[in-house]
Amino acid sequence: MSEEKMKIATVWLDGCSGCHMSLLDMDERLLDLAEKIELVYSPLVDTKQFPEHVDVTLVEGAVASEEDLEKIRRIRTRTGTLVSLGDCAVTANVPSMRNSCSLKSVFEAAYGTGVLNAQVPSEGVPRLLPRVCPVHEVVEVDVYVPGCPPPADTIHFVLSELIEGRKPELAEHTRFGI
Amino acid sequence: MSAPIKTLSIDGRDVSATAEQTVLDVATENGIFIPALCHLDGITPVGACRLCLVEVQGSSKLLPACITRVEEGMRVTTDSERLARYRRSVMELLLAERNHICSVCVSNGNCELQALAQRLGITHVRYPYLFPKHSVDASHERFVADHNRCILCARCVRVCDEVEGAHTWDIMGRGVDCRVITDLSQPWGESETCTGCGKCVQVCPTGALVEKGKSVAEMSKRRQFLPYLAMMRGRNQ
Repeated sequence: MSEEKMKIATVWLDGCSGCHMSLLDMDERLLDLAEKIELVYSPLVDTKQFPEHVDVTLVEGAVASEEDLEKIRRIRTRTGTLVSLGDCAVTANVPSMRNSCSLKSVFEAAYGTGVLNAQVPSEGVPRLLPRVCPVHEVVEVDVYVPGCPPPADTIHFVLSELIEGRKPELAEHTRFGI
Repeated sequence: MSAPIKTLSIDGRDVSATAEQTVLDVATENGIFIPALCHLDGITPVGACRLCLVEVQGSSKLLPACITRVEEGMRVTTDSERLARYRRSVMELLLAERNHICSVCVSNGNCELQALAQRLGITHVRYPYLFPKHSVDASHERFVADHNRCILCARCVRVCDEVEGAHTWDIMGRGVDCRVITDLSQPWGESETCTGCGKCVQVCPTGALVEKGKSVAEMSKRRQFLPYLAMMRGRNQ
């Protein structure tokens, strides 16, 4: 039964979706990967509930809201190998630029400047955390893939190594920023 | 004029040096890599960044290679598990201390801090980021100082004082509150001593001092002038 496919999930927290775009940039190599993996949860598929057991989860984005925090904690308990994919997950990157300002001034800049009857949305949207943080500040992370975004070749390398049961050594394949 | 020759070993290799050379000079001369960020040929070494720490037999302390003079019979180790651990910590602390956001930095791809982090195999920072609030001084007509990206290497301070002779730059504050200032902490554009030569910009290892009008990843530094000036002044003879 060694033919069973590796169950992969991807999630999108506070990021720009660039890491997911880079994942798709693997182009025709995705076809070969599809032979070996099953994408069980992702913004790219329809599943609404995160499955009970996933072998590898790729996390794009920093932890910025109460929803992000709840999601990542649940995902951690259901995931074998958790991969921080890209600078937002690894360093908090651009989303963290609001951390040197108060949350109040962030709302003021986003919703209160130059408008009449300014309203800050409070219904049906997740509450923001006072401070955006990298994924490994809130849950344990197994593999770190810096890059904004990590190149498609790097993501391919990461998945190929994990499929082979090895922990990818990434320093030569990517860096902060790119 | 001939200086006395010293013989020492670095990583088990016998090398010779003149008495006034530092361990870093000799290692570099012999193709042995020691990481460093504050060091720059042509200005006085200060041992500020602590990345060039090496082990010297007989000393329980780690010594900064850039300000440690060679001695006869010295046995130096530049690469060990202990050193790798220290260098990694130093590097991560540098990254955690300010707001180094490579993806939106004008020096992305041309940054010594970013390149060295990669070379040392750093894929994440274990310490909590401080996310301090720092200003950007764009008052100078041609240059910008972004304190978010400064690592306090003091290259700007030294090149301005020692090579340009203006001493516009200095450092104020203590510990985590240190920052580089122009004149008596006035806006750069209002500095009476700045000659506008731009040497500070060219020697800055990161995107802290940059030319105006550059977009992401467009700022590469030109520092060929420094070894040339140093040589012309006879310091390298």
